[in-house]
Amino acid sequence: MTANKKKLGLKDKYRYLTRDLDWEPSYQDKKAIFPHEDFEGIKITDWDKWEDPFRLTMDAYWKYQAEKEKKLYAILDAFAQNNGQQTISDARYVNALKLFLGGISPCEYQAFQGFARVGRQFSGAGARVACQMQAIDELRHVQTQVHAMSHYNKHFNGLHDFAHMHDRVWFLSVPKSFFDDARTAGPFEFLTAISFSFEYVLTNLLFVPFMSGAAYNGDMATVTFGFSAQSDEARHMTLGLEVIKFMLEQHEDNVPIIQGWIDKWFWRGNRLLTLVGMMMDYMLPNKVMSWAEAWEVYFEQAGGALFKDLERYGIRAPKYVEQSTIGKEHVSHQAWATFYQYSQATNFHTWMPNEEEMDWLSAKYPNTFDQYYRERFTFWREQQEKGERFYNNTLPQLCQVCQIPTIFTEPDDATQLSHRSHVHEGERYHFCSDGCCDIFKNQPQKYVQAWLPVHQIYQGNCGGADIESVVRDYYNINIGEDNFEYLGSPEHQRWLQWKGLNPAVAPLPKAS
Amino acid sequence: MTVNAIGAYEFPPLDLEANFHGNRLLYLGWDRHLMFCSPFALLVDPAMGFAELCEQVLRPAMAAHPDTAKVDFSASVWLLNDQPWSPDFAASLDANGLRHKDMLRLQTPGLNGLGNSAS
Ligand SMILES: [Fe+2]
Ligand SMILES: [Fe+2]
Ligand SMILES: [Zn+2]
Repeated sequence: MTANKKKLGLKDKYRYLTRDLDWEPSYQDKKAIFPHEDFEGIKITDWDKWEDPFRLTMDAYWKYQAEKEKKLYAILDAFAQNNGQQTISDARYVNALKLFLGGISPCEYQAFQGFARVGRQFSGAGARVACQMQAIDELRHVQTQVHAMSHYNKHFNGLHDFAHMHDRVWFLSVPKSFFDDARTAGPFEFLTAISFSFEYVLTNLLFVPFMSGAAYNGDMATVTFGFSAQSDEARHMTLGLEVIKFMLEQHEDNVPIIQGWIDKWFWRGNRLLTLVGMMMDYMLPNKVMSWAEAWEVYFEQAGGALFKDLERYGIRAPKYVEQSTIGKEHVSHQAWATFYQYSQATNFHTWMPNEEEMDWLSAKYPNTFDQYYRERFTFWREQQEKGERFYNNTLPQLCQVCQIPTIFTEPDDATQLSHRSHVHEGERYHFCSDGCCDIFKNQPQKYVQAWLPVHQIYQGNCGGADIESVVRDYYNINIGEDNFEYLGSPEHQRWLQWKGLNPAVAPLPKAS
Repeated sequence: MTVNAIGAYEFPPLDLEANFHGNRLLYLGWDRHLMFCSPFALLVDPAMGFAELCEQVLRPAMAAHPDTAKVDFSASVWLLNDQPWSPDFAASLDANGLRHKDMLRLQTPGLNGLGNSAS
């Protein structure tokens, strides 16, 4: 190669470092090189129509990311040196981080794996480069998140084995199965699932709650991570929109396929975000906004405009979107009630809201909280005061698709579970909703293999003759330290000590 | 529509009855008692009697609820996979026709959960 003395303009440089790296194969069939491009039925007539959503070359990328990360690590160091863990709002807050580290960070890694694969499989060089770039972003995200949280691991329980737990613990199968489903789909469905439905439509509902939650609760380490990821997310959202518009413009036969994927992945995302809703409404000592408010701002308003815009391609709003409008006033309460009663099997603590928090919930959920949930939570608090803190001693029925226990109620009757069941080839399957049942019926072969934690325990595949040994040995949750009620936990006592308060006030409520 | 895949896509279900070592899965949901967040997933011996299921398995599982002491299983309304159903208390689960992964709903008229909130 001859050295080119002249400095390249941005446009030329971009071309040389991306599309110009591509070539026309001479002795191999293109189809053999890109074997995953056709089987989903998506028709691409001209890859050159692909508009690169971000004109970024590798050399610029490294330089920019290195600067960002230098700043991030400086702040993380300062946070550690100043014992930042002692100036957060309350130790209860850290339980949100435990959920994030076990539930979200490994999904960043899954996203990396997914984009790395898709970044190999497209025959269009522009799309390949964009996906490869995002793959590296996602790998950075998991690394920086683990670094940001590692300081908390020194001072709090339950953060010690997040990757192992992600693969095994019952509720972590919810995010894990979401990404497993996306990654085992073809490349176009993967992008519709992750780039469009998740990153473009729903990502604000994940990041804004966690990052503002961190800011409101004095967690500068996580806030800084959030800022450093923000510019990446902006690119990911752009890619998500480009992907969908590109596929829709390429061929009209693509429209019904994409609509089916949007329906599926909207519903899966909506269910997955239940965990974020519960975090916002119950786990943040200083609240940012309610889950219902976040859903209105980031989904109903933003998403409403988006689907209006996509109408010209023949795309409509996702199926069952009206159920999410009803569900936003219920799901966080239903999820917290679930984790509260199964806290013997979680790596984080749960607790009942205090009187002031209950009033906040009533005010934010005027149509639902007092009518359906207050009675339940008040009863549990009273039981706890009597030393009979409620734990559910059975195992829950899980949805075959989203893997959340079947805890949700009918859209038109909040006193009745929205349980559905369906028989396929002589086997009965159970679902949390019409949305999950439809997903199964469209691809039963895929979901009959679902690794449902409850059934796996009963089949004897998780070790242990009893639940306690499964939790201790198979999940690697330290019994009596990581799990159970927050009040009186070793973590609560340590926090009181830091604050110069009397740690002897709250005895550990007994596990029934 | 079945799975779009790069090759044949045929797998046995992961939760076949044969994988449960002689036991079966049975789900039980108690209507209007949402304090128990979802139906229970129970692992049962098909030879167990229905009366035994009620008193030895269900009553302890439901014990934390103040309504449980007032439940009369023989006067309750049952649904099997959402169809009206009446159990033979003296017969086994198998003889009652309860198959792997069946779902029972227990309805206890007059008992409406904590403070009548269906909790
Ligand atoms: Fe990410
Ligand atoms: Fe992202
Ligand atoms: Zn579901």
